[in-house]
Amino acid sequence: MSDSSLGVFQTAFVAALYGQSESAELLALTHQVGFSVYRNTVLKGCVDALQANFPSVERLVGTDWFRAAATVHATQTPPSDARLILYGEQFPAFLDAFEPAQNLPYLADVARADRLWIEVHIAAEDSVLDIAAMTCINPEQLGQQHLRPRTDTRWQWFAEQPIYSIWHCNRLALDLPEPLVWQGEGLLVRRQAGQMQWQSLSEAECLFLDACASGQSLEVAANTVLAFDSTLDFTALLGRLLATEVFA
Amino acid sequence: MIRICTLPTGTALGAGMGLKAEHYEHAEACEAPGLWFEVHPENYMVAGLRLDWLAAIAERHPLSLHGVSMSLAADQLPDADHLHRLRALINQVQPTLVSEHLAWSTWQGQYHPDLLPFARSHAALLRIVENIHYAQDILARPLGIENPSHYLHLDGHEYSEVEFLTELALRTGCSLLLDVNNVHVSAHNMGFDACAYLDAFPAQLISEIHLAGYSQDANSSLLIDSHDAPISEEVWALYRHLLQRIGPRPTLIERDDQIPPFEALLCERNTAQSMLESLENRS
Repeated sequence: MSDSSLGVFQTAFVAALYGQSESAELLALTHQVGFSVYRNTVLKGCVDALQANFPSVERLVGTDWFRAAATVHATQTPPSDARLILYGEQFPAFLDAFEPAQNLPYLADVARADRLWIEVHIAAEDSVLDIAAMTCINPEQLGQQHLRPRTDTRWQWFAEQPIYSIWHCNRLALDLPEPLVWQGEGLLVRRQAGQMQWQSLSEAECLFLDACASGQSLEVAANTVLAFDSTLDFTALLGRLLATEVFA
Repeated sequence: MIRICTLPTGTALGAGMGLKAEHYEHAEACEAPGLWFEVHPENYMVAGLRLDWLAAIAERHPLSLHGVSMSLAADQLPDADHLHRLRALINQVQPTLVSEHLAWSTWQGQYHPDLLPFARSHAALLRIVENIHYAQDILARPLGIENPSHYLHLDGHEYSEVEFLTELALRTGCSLLLDVNNVHVSAHNMGFDACAYLDAFPAQLISEIHLAGYSQDANSSLLIDSHDAPISEEVWALYRHLLQRIGPRPTLIERDDQIPPFEALLCERNTAQSMLESLENRS
């Protein structure tokens, strides 16, 4: 950390921007109306970025509520990276604890879904598993194969609430289904031919993808899923996932 | 070593436009002579779909990368990871111009999305010269450095802004990006003569000109460099005055908020293009 006059000035300027403290040396600046221009621009930049990154949350709560909440978050947690599309990593956890959001228990998970969308959007394109090549593998060796989920794919199981339905409808500005069944839902976000795609996943499908991502062989991952639900038609589950091209 | 930046002769860059996401398809297809596009590289220093879009534009049009976060006026070296990511983007899209601001925004691991001010002291000059050298070494090319907008009266200036920018260019080989709207906004806010500022600006160091719109602060008499409005008559007049002295330079129409349809921005851009072409015809 610098102890030069420029460095001291910059540390004091940042503290004053966020209203944390105003050093005596800086009073000549913070008393000028121009200081609020910087304060407003910095906060607007952060809040605009959160608004761009969490559109489904904004639609759920309205722009005014969103920007008020985002301002609180930006003041507490400024960006650590100039690539503002990455900003908001901690926004879902902030919403979990944000007192005015306590009557909206799904809000933080919808933010997590928006975040999954961004992670897929900015991921480097991965290869797609050649299913035809898989069919040539000796059946005894097939169970030892490792299916690796593509790095430009994300999924998450939301155990308590229908997050896929809420997120999907708000992302596309659709009406929610009537009635909305209040049960857990999974989300898969991926890219196909330069387009963002998403769909709902069952808990077993999420478990299987988790198992594959952790490096389990096809046989071990299948057993993990069957231990969760012994009545499951695993072949059908695998066929559905292969059809979505989630494996590399 | 002291070097003076010289512009490539016969440059094909006329008037360009800031590239907005909602204009990608129009931008890619537009065939206006001399047209080029500028983006903030921070929005593209990721993989995935955004980068694919930019690469497609770069195949059809000259590109300028105009950074907002190198924080050259911070009392610390620019972030090496950031510079290496920018170098990778430069290698991928081969921009004609790469520029930054005379300001700071990143400090002690946090990014504050604005162009923050400092006192133009001799110590600051030495620090920023070191920072520009460091950045240019990693990027393997010279930068254009832009004059920011001012809203605060700071103590401790030992150089005028024009003197400071000129010293930076002479000591680092960087060129200068002259933002005429910033001059107009700063002249109003700080109480100096915009024409005198432009007349003192060293013509041979100017690699690019920016034009944009401003707004009036709701709570004071300050003008804000908000890029949310058409270019004002005053700024067009200053631009005309500048061009008559220095001749044509690549000129960018910036718009970052209240984005109009592509055609409306192209119309503003065509005004600048006509002014540049009339100078070229005259010479």
